[in-house]
Amino acid sequence: MNDSNYCPHTPQEIQEMLSVIGISSMEELFAPIPSELRAKTFNIPPGLSEFETYDKMKTIAGENSSDMVNFIGGGFYDHVIPAVVDHLSGRAEFYTAYTPYQPECSQGTLQALFEYQTSICRLTGLDVANASLYDGATACAEAAMMALRITGRNRIIVDGCVNPFSRQVLKTYLYNLDVEIIEVPPLDGVLHQEALKLLLNDEVAAVVVQNPNFFGSIEDFSSIVGQIQSVGALVVASVYPISLGLLKTPGEMGIDIAVGDGQCLGNPLSFGGPSFGFIAAKKASIRNMPGRIIGETVDKKGRRGYVLTLQAREQHIKRHKATSNICSNQGLCALRGLIFLSSVGKEGLVEMARLNRDKAEYAKARLAGIAGVSVLQTAPTFNEFTLFLPKPAEAVVGALMKKGIVAGVPLSSYFADSENALVVTVTEKRTKKEIDLLVKELEVALCS
Amino acid sequence: MQLIYEKSIPGRRGIKLPTSDVPAASALPQALLRQEAAGLAELSELDLVRHFTNLSRRNFSVDTNFYPLGSCTMKYNAKVLENSAALFAPFHPMTALLPGGEEFCQGTLGMLYDLGQMLSDITGMDEVTTQPLAGAHGEMTGILLIAAYHAAKGNKSKKKYVVVPDSSHGTNPASAAIAGYEIITVPTAPYGDMDLELFKKAMNDEVAAVMMTCPNTLGLFNPHIKEISDIAHSHDALMYYDGANLNAIMGKVKPGDVGFDVVHVNLHKTFGTPHGGGGPGAGPVGVKEVLIPFLPQPRIVMEDDGKLMLENSNPCTIGRTAGFFGNFGVMAKAYAYIIMLGREGLIQVSEQAVLNANYIKERLKPYYDLPYDMTCMHECVFSASRQLKHGVHAIDIAKYLIDRGYHPPTVYFPMIVKDAIMIEPTETESKVTMDEFIEVMIEAAKTAEDNPQALLDAPLTMPISRLDETKAAREQNVCCQW
Repeated sequence: MNDSNYCPHTPQEIQEMLSVIGISSMEELFAPIPSELRAKTFNIPPGLSEFETYDKMKTIAGENSSDMVNFIGGGFYDHVIPAVVDHLSGRAEFYTAYTPYQPECSQGTLQALFEYQTSICRLTGLDVANASLYDGATACAEAAMMALRITGRNRIIVDGCVNPFSRQVLKTYLYNLDVEIIEVPPLDGVLHQEALKLLLNDEVAAVVVQNPNFFGSIEDFSSIVGQIQSVGALVVASVYPISLGLLKTPGEMGIDIAVGDGQCLGNPLSFGGPSFGFIAAKKASIRNMPGRIIGETVDKKGRRGYVLTLQAREQHIKRHKATSNICSNQGLCALRGLIFLSSVGKEGLVEMARLNRDKAEYAKARLAGIAGVSVLQTAPTFNEFTLFLPKPAEAVVGALMKKGIVAGVPLSSYFADSENALVVTVTEKRTKKEIDLLVKELEVALCS
Repeated sequence: MQLIYEKSIPGRRGIKLPTSDVPAASALPQALLRQEAAGLAELSELDLVRHFTNLSRRNFSVDTNFYPLGSCTMKYNAKVLENSAALFAPFHPMTALLPGGEEFCQGTLGMLYDLGQMLSDITGMDEVTTQPLAGAHGEMTGILLIAAYHAAKGNKSKKKYVVVPDSSHGTNPASAAIAGYEIITVPTAPYGDMDLELFKKAMNDEVAAVMMTCPNTLGLFNPHIKEISDIAHSHDALMYYDGANLNAIMGKVKPGDVGFDVVHVNLHKTFGTPHGGGGPGAGPVGVKEVLIPFLPQPRIVMEDDGKLMLENSNPCTIGRTAGFFGNFGVMAKAYAYIIMLGREGLIQVSEQAVLNANYIKERLKPYYDLPYDMTCMHECVFSASRQLKHGVHAIDIAKYLIDRGYHPPTVYFPMIVKDAIMIEPTETESKVTMDEFIEVMIEAAKTAEDNPQALLDAPLTMPISRLDETKAAREQNVCCQW
């Protein structure tokens, strides 16, 4: 046995242990498995050294095109990540612990997650938050299911401007339930409020909206929120945390449940994960929240400490009557979110949001100056906006990708009659030079 | 320790952001703006670093303490896995979803495809989806696949139930319930597994699926598993395998070979990726051929020329269970783990995980009640019933272990064992570490007889002692007030 495989025993130790157990071979340990059920093949290739493994991983990573300049979002965003995020979240004491079932030896994780919950409450202007969900799309589905539990109704209305992936995940989550999902088709890139009003009645559990929405439009839902709530339905809003440096909060709009994806808060793109989903709500609905929740309390001597609380909602206690099936969530990614927000800080987040908008507005004005290109103007935008090109967007994006620029997300894959529409994302990481290059290359692509 | 918000000084700044190289945009309308900035912490970078470094020191973790938390497989997480995952940090997932975008993502799509192939081989399945983001998310995905299978046969309204043993993980019934099924729970027999006769009585044509963990949460391999599968299939119910305990059987037995139709795999358990204080994990789901048409989209397929493509055109799919392709970074670590350990390494993992659990079981048997005294797989479950006579519960033994520098085993689970103490050492622990732990467990059993109060008072060495959980639940203070 030359390979360690992180199994430390020497052959002599193995013999000692086998004799304590009272058997003579390792094989006897597997005697409870009937011989006719034993694996007949096992085709995993032979192992590699640590060096060879890393080398192979480098080769695989090298098969992706690197150094692409990204003007794409769609739920994941290319933002700066302060160096402290990797270093502090990488502390092994956080990294290699698990769910803090034993609070006395888990105060590090517990206090950090309490601080994380606080940061989400303060960002969204709502009262309570949980200790994270899987991602933004599943958080949106969990919020809809929370509304079903609270209202006892079985109809969800979704604004067609919500991220199509979130809408798809919502449909999958509700696939086998007796729940009706109605989509309100977008009206020029914003919520079609009149169409929505016609659908409101006492059978609706929730209306799901997004701000800024998939087209990039910023909306103030304040007035429609009251009308939705007047029929006893809840309002769920998916929000983009960086934009909350500037934008009106879900709390200020009177929204009941806010959700979103926390990737933009210190988590790398990493081909789609891990990130985290967040959920925040009004205090009255805390018992219907999914997942883990950390609460403050004291010990016998009155010293402050933190515990997993309201566990009576959870699967390990309530089994099939639990409010969700969540066990592992995205704790470490939520910790990264907290470190990110604490590093950027109160003023920094405002500055970062402004930087995003400034860069996007610059790009928008420059791109709109190209002959034949126009901009969707229904609503103001944050760091994403919709362009209408004089030719199909898919071909244009394809041509620019070959030049190392990912120009945006063509809407044709997600919306009917939108062949020429392109959503462009500009974060604070994009330089003026990169934006100018996008403008130049887009002009070339449109002329050819 | 103070909260980070209590250390905050107005005007203090941490990270310096990029300077703008474009003109300032015109202001947004007032109605769209928040009234005041979010009350985030304001700290210098050094104060921030000290805060989180000192917080981290208030945790037990695998890298600092033996962590035999049963059912969670807290094995050592190799550092090279972290380096490997970091290689993929810059890749935007949306690139692959753009028309023609696959061409630019052959590395990442290829890795997901290969991981699926290897997990299929380990579990005996035909295809794997990597979308599910955690074990319980995989369970929900798997049950939805089963629901789609029954719906396609016109049996959606007929199939109402999911059968689970009473020893199952809480996530099993919770996942099935969330997916719209009613639950039938079958009790455990004295031989330590689902009672076969009661199972037969519970089965009927309205059962959609049977969810099992094998080895189960008592750490026992069910010798009747093939018979159970055959009975389930005779009622057109599909067999769901909860892969939480896969660490025990790699290369020894494949769930697919004993009749399971769907499997989820917890990469953060068996495949050595860190648990992160409660995630991220990853819960890829493997299926038999009959369920492939229902898999989530986009599905990664290999064309004849070896090129990886995304398929989005399947009419029977259950849709999408996550935003993109799953927790890719976690999968990169699991992939590196599998190729590094290889065939023999994975077999060695399972053998030594089982060896270690049986060693601890034999050594502690004289001191703690062992309700199911037989060869276990990767974990063993004791009961503190003998200690209860002295007023000492499983939780008190757990707290005593904390004072002695050990993360406690899982306690009070499985629920079918009174005051359960569930120990899963994993294969990465040395005999020396286990021997020391065993001595402390013996000492705890003796202290329970001689001086039970010492156990009831524990822990005494932590920054806090036992916390008032009732107060936390009553006051619901889950966010630091302004």
